[in-house]
Amino acid sequence: MKQRLITALNAAAVFVALLAIWQIILRAFKVPPYMLPSPWAVARAATRRFPLLLNASFLTAEEAGGGLVASILAGVLIALIFAQSRWVRRMLYPYTILLQTVPIVAIAPLILMWVGAGTAAVTLIAFIISLAPIIANTTQGLISVEENLVHLFLMHNASPTQLLFKLRLPHAMPSLFVGIRIASGISVIGAITGELYAGSSRVGEGGLGYSILYASSQLQTDYLFALVLAATALGFSFFFLIMFVEWYFLHRWHESARTPEAE
Amino acid sequence: MIDAWSASQVEFVGVTKSYKGRIVLDATNLRVAKGEFVTMIGPSGCGKSTVLKLISGLTTPSSGTVRVGNLSPKEARPTISYIFQDATLLPWRPVRQNVGLGLELDGVSRARRMEKTSSLLQLVGLEQVASAYPRELSGGMKMRVSIARALATTPQLLLMDEPFAALDEMSRDRLNEELLRLRDEQNWTAVFVTHSVAEAVFLSTRIVVLAPNPGRIHADLSVELPFPRTAVLRETPEFEALVGQVSHSLREAIAR
Repeated sequence: MKQRLITALNAAAVFVALLAIWQIILRAFKVPPYMLPSPWAVARAATRRFPLLLNASFLTAEEAGGGLVASILAGVLIALIFAQSRWVRRMLYPYTILLQTVPIVAIAPLILMWVGAGTAAVTLIAFIISLAPIIANTTQGLISVEENLVHLFLMHNASPTQLLFKLRLPHAMPSLFVGIRIASGISVIGAITGELYAGSSRVGEGGLGYSILYASSQLQTDYLFALVLAATALGFSFFFLIMFVEWYFLHRWHESARTPEAE
Repeated sequence: MIDAWSASQVEFVGVTKSYKGRIVLDATNLRVAKGEFVTMIGPSGCGKSTVLKLISGLTTPSSGTVRVGNLSPKEARPTISYIFQDATLLPWRPVRQNVGLGLELDGVSRARRMEKTSSLLQLVGLEQVASAYPRELSGGMKMRVSIARALATTPQLLLMDEPFAALDEMSRDRLNEELLRLRDEQNWTAVFVTHSVAEAVFLSTRIVVLAPNPGRIHADLSVELPFPRTAVLRETPEFEALVGQVSHSLREAIAR
């Protein structure tokens, strides 16, 4: 408990120091507020427009979260197909790499064209960007089951369904969570990038990406900063939410999910 | 209805197994009668693990026939349990659910499983850790869970592939003694694979020494030590003599 308090105090001290350096740079170089607003200005902008900020964050969270959940469902299904045979993997795996390497910024306009501006397009972009790590990690988990464990099941003439639900899927859980953790971060990035292109059908109301674009065009740099901080906070909360879910499912049996103190 | 006597008898007639152009087991005849504890011993590459895989039907012979009782290996599977070199526990299941895995796969009811796993946990001395997860157990305890899981389905034939190889000598000796105690109570036939001569002599009623390249039977020695066998047996001259005899045969098998 005391250890935790000290850790928290240290983190807080770093935060205060950063704010101080920020303020010093502003004074020393006489930076105009539209280039770099003061921490207080950012805080003021955030509180003044808090409902708007919150709305934008929730919208982006919905889009990123929707894309992430869809990518988990689709990714696990695709991984199950991949796990069927080496032949299927050889044939289809290059396309998942394609999924991973295609620059999201480049396909965003295309998706906008196909789906139309708005939440659906942004969710789709978040989905596409999150899919590859889920597929890759889950497939790895499904196929890396020890041979003797498979033999054990075969000795009981286990059905393919039993093999899947009692052996392969639980065995793949830790890998699946690695995939979800990676995907959770990039789903937020994907949603914000998507919003830059396909953000809103109504002026002034949209997710974080759209609002960032809007604030920068209006030179509202203080609000822009507040939005960037909100985006960071959103990524953080996604990550920690996933960490918690992972801990909940794995901590009893898997090494990766022990409490940090135990390490 | 499977006749209990014939179901636990293993018969190899002219069994050859080649794998990737190499003969792993060459024209082998072998018979294991009910109640025997037969140990396969030999250097690596002599096909001793292959013998177990053939009996269980996890691999099929290139030529010759393998019968378990009057059945093919695959048909006989419900009467066979296999214990692997590592404990092969499912890490996401607590001990009790691991012990009950075989019963669960066989479709045994929850209530019956509970009853059966309780008695087995007690038999191997693991009642206190029934709800612990495998990662919380020592190597010896994990192996005990593995043994309990194998015995839960009341097998007539127990196949063991170097089950204690990864353990320290003290745990290994203790588990050897325990295995014989379980055999006393449960009456299964055993085919055991090991690298350790002392372990082979302590456990077996018969030791089959295998020679490598190609894998074949070099010698078939019976172990006439009386049961019940306890830790003190290891200090007797008879035991020492048999260890010497088997070691000698093993050296011959490698030299030839």
